[in-house]
Amino acid sequence: MANRTQLRSNRWRKRVGVAAIAALPVGFITIFFLYPVASILWRGMVPDGSFDPAPLKRVLTQPELRRIAWFTLWQAAASTLATLVVAMPGAYVLSHYKFRGRSLLRAAVTIPLILPTVVVGIAFLALAGPGGSLGVDLKGSIWLILLAHVFYNYAVVIRTVGGLWGHLDPRIEQAARVLGAGRIQAFRQVTLPLLRPAIGAAASIVFLFSFTSFGVVLLLGGAGRETLEVEIFRQTAQLLNLPVAASLAIVQLAGVFVVLTIYSRYQERRTVELNLRPSSEVERKPSTPGEKRLVLANVVFMAALLFVPLGVLVKRSLTTSDGIGLAHYRALNNPGSNSILAVSPTEALTNSLKFALIAALLALLIGGLAASLVGYGRSRATQWFDSLLMLPLGTSAVTVGFGFLISLDRGILDLRSKEIIIPLAHTLVALPFVIRVMVPIIRSIDPRLREAAATLGAGPVRVWREIDLPIVAKAGLVGAGFAAAVSLGEFGATTFIVRPNVATLPVTIFRLLSRPGAANFGMAMAMSVVLMAVTGLIMLFVEHFRAGDVGSF
Amino acid sequence: MGCSMRRIALILVCFSLLAASCSDDDDQTTNTTPDDPVETDDPVETDDPVETDDPAPSDVTLTLVSNDAFSSVAYLLDAFTTDTGIGIELLAGGDAGSMVNQAILTKGNPLGDVIYGFDNSFLSRVLDAEITIPYESPGASVIPPEMQLDADYNVTAVDFGDVCINYDKSWFEDNGVAVPETLAQLIEPEYDGLLVVENPATSSPGLAFVLATISQFGEDGWLDYWQGLVDNDVEVVSGWDEAYYTSFSWAGGGPRPLVVSYASSPPAEVIYADPPRDDAPTGVLVESCFRQVEYIGILDGTEHEAEAQQLIDWWLSDALQAELPLNYFVFPINPDTALPQEFIDFTVVPDDPHTVDPALIAENREAWLDDWTTTVLR
Repeated sequence: MANRTQLRSNRWRKRVGVAAIAALPVGFITIFFLYPVASILWRGMVPDGSFDPAPLKRVLTQPELRRIAWFTLWQAAASTLATLVVAMPGAYVLSHYKFRGRSLLRAAVTIPLILPTVVVGIAFLALAGPGGSLGVDLKGSIWLILLAHVFYNYAVVIRTVGGLWGHLDPRIEQAARVLGAGRIQAFRQVTLPLLRPAIGAAASIVFLFSFTSFGVVLLLGGAGRETLEVEIFRQTAQLLNLPVAASLAIVQLAGVFVVLTIYSRYQERRTVELNLRPSSEVERKPSTPGEKRLVLANVVFMAALLFVPLGVLVKRSLTTSDGIGLAHYRALNNPGSNSILAVSPTEALTNSLKFALIAALLALLIGGLAASLVGYGRSRATQWFDSLLMLPLGTSAVTVGFGFLISLDRGILDLRSKEIIIPLAHTLVALPFVIRVMVPIIRSIDPRLREAAATLGAGPVRVWREIDLPIVAKAGLVGAGFAAAVSLGEFGATTFIVRPNVATLPVTIFRLLSRPGAANFGMAMAMSVVLMAVTGLIMLFVEHFRAGDVGSF
Repeated sequence: MGCSMRRIALILVCFSLLAASCSDDDDQTTNTTPDDPVETDDPVETDDPVETDDPAPSDVTLTLVSNDAFSSVAYLLDAFTTDTGIGIELLAGGDAGSMVNQAILTKGNPLGDVIYGFDNSFLSRVLDAEITIPYESPGASVIPPEMQLDADYNVTAVDFGDVCINYDKSWFEDNGVAVPETLAQLIEPEYDGLLVVENPATSSPGLAFVLATISQFGEDGWLDYWQGLVDNDVEVVSGWDEAYYTSFSWAGGGPRPLVVSYASSPPAEVIYADPPRDDAPTGVLVESCFRQVEYIGILDGTEHEAEAQQLIDWWLSDALQAELPLNYFVFPINPDTALPQEFIDFTVVPDDPHTVDPALIAENREAWLDDWTTTVLR
């Protein structure tokens, strides 16, 4: 009897524990995502108190909109595939070989993630647009869109997959080789299945990003190419046709949800516990000529993919009327000479860093709790919860923004004129990153480690602190770095939210680019380079932190 | 109120969704609001207005909803605070279309006290939605009647600008091609492949140029004209910055010497020239100009109507009007306000720019955009 009571009380305690952990992520996602989105969809679908199915029917049957939906889907799938193919070798090289400049490279690949699309658009068009320096005009073709999506998402795969790959016990693959498997067979039958959760995680983020791509498609796709995101923007922000916009948003959400459900089922089946090793046991210097060639080829490729477009921006920022010089940077520092800025770059930088810090902390806190729930939980419920947390990435920014407007408008929730709304929106975008980086790592912690610790007399808290925390903390740090980067460059989602007039780096770049005059253009380029440098430094810092921590598990 | 019932219903729906997905989460509904935002001092906002002799010091802060473009020159409003003691908090609401739509969606519980920065293409939508309350400022007598399109002063015209085709002077000189003077010329073979325009579905100057063609060629003829432009290899891009900074031959080093931009762009090219120069490198095709008049209005539901009226009076005064050209690159609504020399030397204010009745725009916007898309992009 006593035993049963204890069991029941244990179960009860466990439930309370789960509830306590779930409270913050569930509350956050409800207040800042579900409720606003539900409000705007309600306004669109139930305009006069009764549900009107006509617009939804029209959206589902109109050939034009079906064409848009199909294009959205296949370009996202193609972008995901292309990014994976291109970035997997890079993830391997960066996580397995030690070579000079590696941490710099690893920090640098994250830079594209934060660049405003306008700036990336200008760089790509200068390269491969009409009259571009590569000599081919790819504008309006799907290739330029794919290239830009690969450019943006390369780091997602490097970080998410490389993060796990670098800790896989190399002896597993070695054993397979000893048993007679070829290099390719060992990879396909041993390594790939072990990596699947991370690959799935990376693929789902890349897919969602490309699925809701807005600026890239508008700028590089040429006129006439539209994603659902573009059409929802047009219907909401330009035409105020909420019924059609809501119908489109529902179609978009349904698509995202299907993809996420497939992914999460698949992920659940495939996740196995691993004996993760410190990266110091995995990494080594490339020794054979083949390895050296592999490293070199990948480094050259990364350099080309990342540094050519970024180089264009640097070059343009240095191009002044009298040759190469720092005039545009000096102009940045002397806003008095140019009233358009009206805010010093230091101030914009401070604002950006402040928001990035708040967003990173919030995303780490909320995302960490959510990732624990998803990572440790194995039930159907946690699968659903997992998908739910990814939804913001796959939801049109304009839907969320207009939803904020009509739902968060009263009492303590009336955040419309509060600065906090900016980092909150950033947190919403950054959360999936943190969760996707952390969950595969949490899931791969070998439970036997915990059991051993418990057998040796450690209480549950101590087990968590000694076994899980060191591993999870590092994953969390990577996630927080991502979140900071996302926040630094975020411009898209926040443009659709009414917000206080605070100049951040992307906002300032956008302002400069919306004025004619060579001086303004030069300063915008210089500001972009500053943004790149700041992000590079933050990522380098995270790298350093991570490196210093190696060996703790 | 029915409204709040619906809100509660929505929250309940959300939570029941979650309850299905997550066990034991039903009693932590409210403890998750993040702490109050860190109070930061917005530089634009006033803290302590400098006290001058005449105005009574005021504790009131007006919230001004404006478009993103104006938010970059919010410092112009500091003078208002200095003059009146009334603070201004600026909310940026995206482009003009987004801003207007947001204001309509929040009717009854407005975002702020005053809305500024929508042009004649959105005027009817604002008036039809009845989101503003009338106020005829004593200063309104300076507004040319053809620009004050609302006789009841629900909104007040405060500045204007013209969207015009700009041409790259040196390109036409170097290539020995005559600078076009009429819109009709642009579909002639001589001007094949020279023009870049913005997509009217995503760009305000793009829409203005389409309206110019509707005004010029009529509702029966404008699509034929666009077909002519398509046959002449017109390039369509998504926004102004892309057109100007990548495709336009002067500023972007691109291949096209004709771009849809603003009448104020040539003076801006002189003012922000690098290196400094004495004449504008670009000019304006006068016959292509479409007039955009920008309006301001007091949002229905404001608690500071008197102060909002003061702001409109001030907006019409030379204290702001004279600052507009060099800071915001629009023209003052008051024809007597002195223009900076660059605006006299390097651009024109067309006597008879294209216009389209705002009611007609409101009625046909979607159909026109669809027709344009079908003709030009498909």
